[in-house]
Amino acid sequence: MTKIQISLTLNGKKVTEEIAPDLLLIDFLRNHRCYSVKRGCETANCGLCTVFLDEKPVLSCSVLAARAHGHTVDTLEGLQEEARELGEFIADQGAEQCGFCNPGMIMNAIALFRENPQPSDEEIKEYLAGNLCRCSGYEGQLRAFRAYLEYKERGGAVCAQ
Amino acid sequence: MLKIKEYVRAESLSQAYELNQKRSSRILGGMLWMKMSNARIGTAIDLSGLGLDQIEETESEIRIGCMVTLRQLETSETLERVSCGIVRESVKNIVGVQFRNLATIGGSLFGRFGFSDVLTCFLALDTYVELYKAGVMSLEEFAGRPRGDRDILVRVIVKKTPGRQVYLSHRNTRTDFPVLAIAVSSGSRGVRVIAGARPGRAVCAAIPDEWKERLDGSACTPEEMEKLAGELAGKIPMGSNMRASAQYRSHLACVLIKRGLLRLQKMQEEEG
Amino acid sequence: MRSVGKPIRKKDAQALTAGKPVYTDDLAPKDCLIVKILRSPHANARVLEVDKSAAEQIEGIEAIYTWEDVPQERFTLAGQTYPEPSPYDRLILDRHLRHVGDPVVIAAGDSEACVDRALKKIKVKYEVLPAVLDFHQAKDNPVLVHPEDSWKSLCPVGANQKRNLCASGESCDGNVDAVLAECDVTVQGTYHVKAVQQTMMEPFCTFCYLDTYGRLNVVSSTQIVYHVRRILSTALGIPKAEIRVSKPRIGGGFGAKQTSVSEIYPAFVTWKTGKPSKIVFSRKETQTASSPRHEMEVSVTIGADRTGRIRAIDVYTLSNTGAYGEHGPTTVGLSGHKSIPLYGSLDAYRFVYDVVYTNRMSSGAYRGYGATQGIFAVESAVNQLAQKLHMDPVELRMKNMVREGQVMPAYYGEETNSCALDRCLVLTADMIGWKDKYPCRDMGNGKVRSVGIAMGMQGSCISHVDVGSATVKLNEDGTYLLSIAAADMGTGCDTILAQMAAESLMCPVEDVAVSGADTDTSPYDTGSYASSTTYITGKAVQRACVSLVHRIRKQAARMLECRTNELKFDGSRAVNQNNGRTVTLEQIGLASMCDSNHALQVTKSHSSPVSPPPFMAGAVEIELDKETGHVEILDYAAVVDCGTVINPNLARVQTEGGLAQGIGMTLYEDIQYNSEGKLRNNSLMQYKIPSRLDMGKLRVDFQSSYEPTGPFGAKSIGEVVINTPAPAIAHAIANATGLWFHELPITSEKIAMGLLEK
Repeated sequence: MTKIQISLTLNGKKVTEEIAPDLLLIDFLRNHRCYSVKRGCETANCGLCTVFLDEKPVLSCSVLAARAHGHTVDTLEGLQEEARELGEFIADQGAEQCGFCNPGMIMNAIALFRENPQPSDEEIKEYLAGNLCRCSGYEGQLRAFRAYLEYKERGGAVCAQ
Repeated sequence: MLKIKEYVRAESLSQAYELNQKRSSRILGGMLWMKMSNARIGTAIDLSGLGLDQIEETESEIRIGCMVTLRQLETSETLERVSCGIVRESVKNIVGVQFRNLATIGGSLFGRFGFSDVLTCFLALDTYVELYKAGVMSLEEFAGRPRGDRDILVRVIVKKTPGRQVYLSHRNTRTDFPVLAIAVSSGSRGVRVIAGARPGRAVCAAIPDEWKERLDGSACTPEEMEKLAGELAGKIPMGSNMRASAQYRSHLACVLIKRGLLRLQKMQEEEG
Repeated sequence: MRSVGKPIRKKDAQALTAGKPVYTDDLAPKDCLIVKILRSPHANARVLEVDKSAAEQIEGIEAIYTWEDVPQERFTLAGQTYPEPSPYDRLILDRHLRHVGDPVVIAAGDSEACVDRALKKIKVKYEVLPAVLDFHQAKDNPVLVHPEDSWKSLCPVGANQKRNLCASGESCDGNVDAVLAECDVTVQGTYHVKAVQQTMMEPFCTFCYLDTYGRLNVVSSTQIVYHVRRILSTALGIPKAEIRVSKPRIGGGFGAKQTSVSEIYPAFVTWKTGKPSKIVFSRKETQTASSPRHEMEVSVTIGADRTGRIRAIDVYTLSNTGAYGEHGPTTVGLSGHKSIPLYGSLDAYRFVYDVVYTNRMSSGAYRGYGATQGIFAVESAVNQLAQKLHMDPVELRMKNMVREGQVMPAYYGEETNSCALDRCLVLTADMIGWKDKYPCRDMGNGKVRSVGIAMGMQGSCISHVDVGSATVKLNEDGTYLLSIAAADMGTGCDTILAQMAAESLMCPVEDVAVSGADTDTSPYDTGSYASSTTYITGKAVQRACVSLVHRIRKQAARMLECRTNELKFDGSRAVNQNNGRTVTLEQIGLASMCDSNHALQVTKSHSSPVSPPPFMAGAVEIELDKETGHVEILDYAAVVDCGTVINPNLARVQTEGGLAQGIGMTLYEDIQYNSEGKLRNNSLMQYKIPSRLDMGKLRVDFQSSYEPTGPFGAKSIGEVVINTPAPAIAHAIANATGLWFHELPITSEKIAMGLLEK
C-alpha cells in the first residue's frame, strides 16, 4: 500500500496529511474531530454523513479522502452560525428528536436553501429525500423549515406569535 | 471492505488507459457501488482531473463527459430541453441529492446495471458512447456487451434527433430502485420502448411491423394502445427479485407502456 | 401551570442541532481496541473446530475468543426486571449456533483493518444441522432450537424448550364459545405481521474501560443502564458492584436498545484484557443480529348481535421469538391484552397464545411490543364486521368502545380512570372528513380515493413491576439538579421530567439541570421502556420535588426563625409572614452547605399497581392506483388521549414518528428470509424505511383525559402512536378495492395482483 499526501481545505483551514489510498472521507473527517459526521449505513442510503465537497452536498462515506485533495470540505463544525440559526427553528418544533440524523439533514438543508432560497414543500421533501430520519422528524422538520424560510423572507425578523 | 493499494489521479487518458490494463486496476466513477464491494483494487484510477465533468452542446449533439454527475444531468437545461425532461425524470428518484452529486454517468453506464434508470433513459435517446480505445458506438451496442473490458468510457454523446420521450417507473418507495422502468420514445427512429430493471439489464422491445404505421399515424385508440402494450409486455423477459415477481413486472410493463404511448400521443397532439 | 403543558425546547436541542460529539462512538477513547464478531453463516450448526492460529499472528491483534473461552452460565439479553420472564438461553459465545448471524468468534485488535484481516483468516468447521425456519412448524418439531439442559426459565410462563416453546398461556372471561354461537354475525381472520426492524439511525454501539478502581465501566447506547449492569454481571460472572453502566445521548432506540445487543462483547474483552475496547455494529449487523419485532400471526373471531353490539372476541396468537427468547413471553401478552379491551362491554373474551423458538434472528422489543400486531388484527376484524353489518365503522365503534369508568376484564381487570377515546374518535373522523369521504370515490382516471379508520391503546408502565426514581437536589446557587436513570433516546424525557420538576419546585425549567443515566450516580430506574418514563419516573420526580420543597421550607424556617406554616415559599424566596423577613433560594442553598445536618436532596421511587392505557384514533385518506396498485397516503389524522400533555411539541413529534413507523411497516418494510434462513434485508438499501416522500401529510391533535394516578394527570404516549396505521390503511385499501389484506406489508404488487385475480 502506497501512502499518499493530500492537502485540502477543511472548514476553512488548510490540512495536509499522509493517508492510506482507501481511507474514506468520513473516517478522515472523524479523525479530524469532525464528529458531526455520522455513519448510519454501508450502502449510501441514510444521508447521515453528508458534508460539502466544493460546496456541494455529498455522502462522505462514498468519497475517497484522496479525491478531496486540492478541494474544499465543509462539515457542520465549520457552519456553526448557519446551523445555529436553522437549529433554533428545529428546536422550536422538537423535531431534532434523537438528533443523530440532524447534522447530515441540516447540512443538506443549508445546501438546499443556498441553491433555492424559496423552495416549496415538495421541493424540500425531494431535496432532503436522501436524509432518513426514523424518529421521524419529517413533519416537524418541514414545519421548522417553513418557519425558518418565513423568518428569512422577513429579513431575519422574528414574527410575534 | 474495499481495499485499494494505490491511488492515481490520471494526468491523461492514455496514462489512465495504460494503468487500467492490469486486471487489478479500476477506473473510479462515483464510487457508490464500488465502495460497497469487497473488491481488492491494485490501482484506483481517478479521472476527475481531466475536465470530463462538462456537458457541452454542439449543433447536432450533446457531449457529456464521463465524470458528469447524475445531479448535473438532472439540473441541465440543455438535457431537459433535448430529452423532453426524461433525463431529469429518470434520475430524480435515485436515493438523494448527495448521492446524485457523486454518482457519474460514466459509472452508471459502464456498470450496465440491471436496475439502472440511467441506462434505461439514455437507451430511449439517440445515444452513443465514446470509448478510449474502441471509439464511438451506439449505447445499445455497448449495453449488449459483457462487463469487464478494460477500455475507458470517456464521453456519452446524445444526438439531437428530433423526437419525443416519456419516462415512467414504478418504485416500492420513492427513492428505491425501480421495480420497473419504462422509457418510450418516438421520432425518426420510429417508436421505441425500453424496459429497465426487469430486474435484468434494460432492453429495447421491438414494435411489431403491423403496429408501426398505425403508431406513426397517431390514429390509435386507447384500447389499441393497451393491446399493443400487452403484446410488447408479453415479449419482454422479466425476472423476480426482492422487489417484485416476474408476473407483477409483466403486468406493470403493460400498464406503463400503455401510459407511455398515450402520453406520447398526447404530446404529439398538443404540438401538432 | 407554568411549565407543564408548555412547548418547551428540548434541553439537548442546541447540542444535537449543532452536531456536537455527544453519542457513544464520539466519546470512545481513541486508543481503544476494536471489537468485531465473526458470525454464523448457518441457521443451525455446531462448531466443530476453530483454527485461529493464522489470525493471532496478525500484527495488532490483541485477542481472539471462541466458545471455549467464555463462562458457561446462561442468561438473557432482555432488559427486564429480575426475575426476567425471558428464559436464560444464551451464552456469550455458544458452540451451538442457532441463526444466521449468531456470534462464533470475538476478535479484538488495535485497528479495524487488522481485526477485519483476522476475521478473514479464522477457519471454522461447522456441522450443519437441519433448521426450523417456519414458525408454524416449530412447536413439537423434532429439531430443537434449545436442546441443552442448561436452558432455564425463571418465571412460570408456560415454557418448554423440549417442545420449542418459549411461552404459552391462556386467559378468558365468560364462555366465549357459547357467546359466539349465539351471535348473529361473526367475522374471523388471521393476520400476519413480520419481524420488522426498529432501524434507529444510530447502530448499536458500546465502549468499555477499567476505571481507577479496576471497575468495569460500560458506556453504551442503551435504554436500560441498570438491566445492562445485571445482565453483564450474570454473563461475565462478576459482582454487580464491579460494573458501572452509563449512557450518553442515544441516536434512537424504539425498543431495540431495551435488549443488551452489543454490550457483552466489549465488556468481555475489556474484562479479560484490562484494555479499553469498543464495538460499533455495522448496519448489516444492526439489521441481521439484533432485536426486531416479534413476527406474529394473530387469529381473531369477533361476534356481534344484529344491532352491532360486539359481544365476544376470541384471539389466538402464534409468536415467533426466533433463536432466543428475549421478550418472547411478554410481547405476546399485549397482542390480546391491549387489543381486546378496546371494546368495553363484551360478554366474553378468550386469549390463547404460543411463543415458539425458530432458527431465525432473535426478536426483542419494538415500540408497540405486541399490541401493534394484536391491534392490526382486532381493528381489521372490527372494520370487516362493520361491513358485514352494513354499519358505518365509526358508528360501530362509538357503540362498543371502552369508556371511562369501565372495568376491562381483558386488561387485568383494571378500570379506566381516564379515557377520552370517544372524543378522539369523533375528532379524528371529523378531521379526515369521514362523513363525506367514506368509503371511497372514483377519481375517474384509474385512481380511487378512500378512507380507513382504527383505534389503538397501550399501557403506561408494567404495573406492579416498573420502578422509577428521581433524586433532586438544591445547588448553592438556587438551581436544581435532577438525577434520573430513565433514558432520553430522543423522546425528550430529560426535558419533560425537568418540566415536571420545575412545576413542582415553582421555578423556571432552565433552573433544573438533568443528569443521567448512570448506575453509579442515578437512582434506580427500570429504564425507558413499556411507555413508563412519563408516567412512572414522572411521578417519582413529582414526589421527590414535593418532598424537597418541604425540606427547603424547613431550612428556611430555621433561617427565618419561624414555624414552617408561618412562612410562604414561592419557589424563589421564603417569607416569614409574621415579620416580612425573607431569604432567597440561593441563601437557603448556601445555608444548607454550612453547619447543616439537613441535606437538601431527596430521592423518591415510584411504582404503580395500575397501567392506565393511553388511547387514540387514527384515520387515513389514500389514493390508490388500481392498475399499478400504488398507494399514496394523502392525509393521516390522529387524535391521542395521553392524559395531560406535558409538552405539546414533543407529544406531537412522538405521535408523528409513531405514525411514520406504522406507515413504513404497513406499506414498505418487507422482511424476507431465503430458504437457508438468511435475512435478505441486511441494509438500508434492501430494507426500505419511509423517506419524507413516502409519508403524506400527518395531522395530530390531542383530547386529554385526566389520569388521577399519573403525574399532573399524564399517561404515556411513546408506543400507542404506532398502532393505528396498519389497520387504518388496510381498511382504506379494502374500501378502495374490496380486498382485505391480512399480511403486512401491503405492497403495490399484492394490491395489483389481487385486483387482477378478482
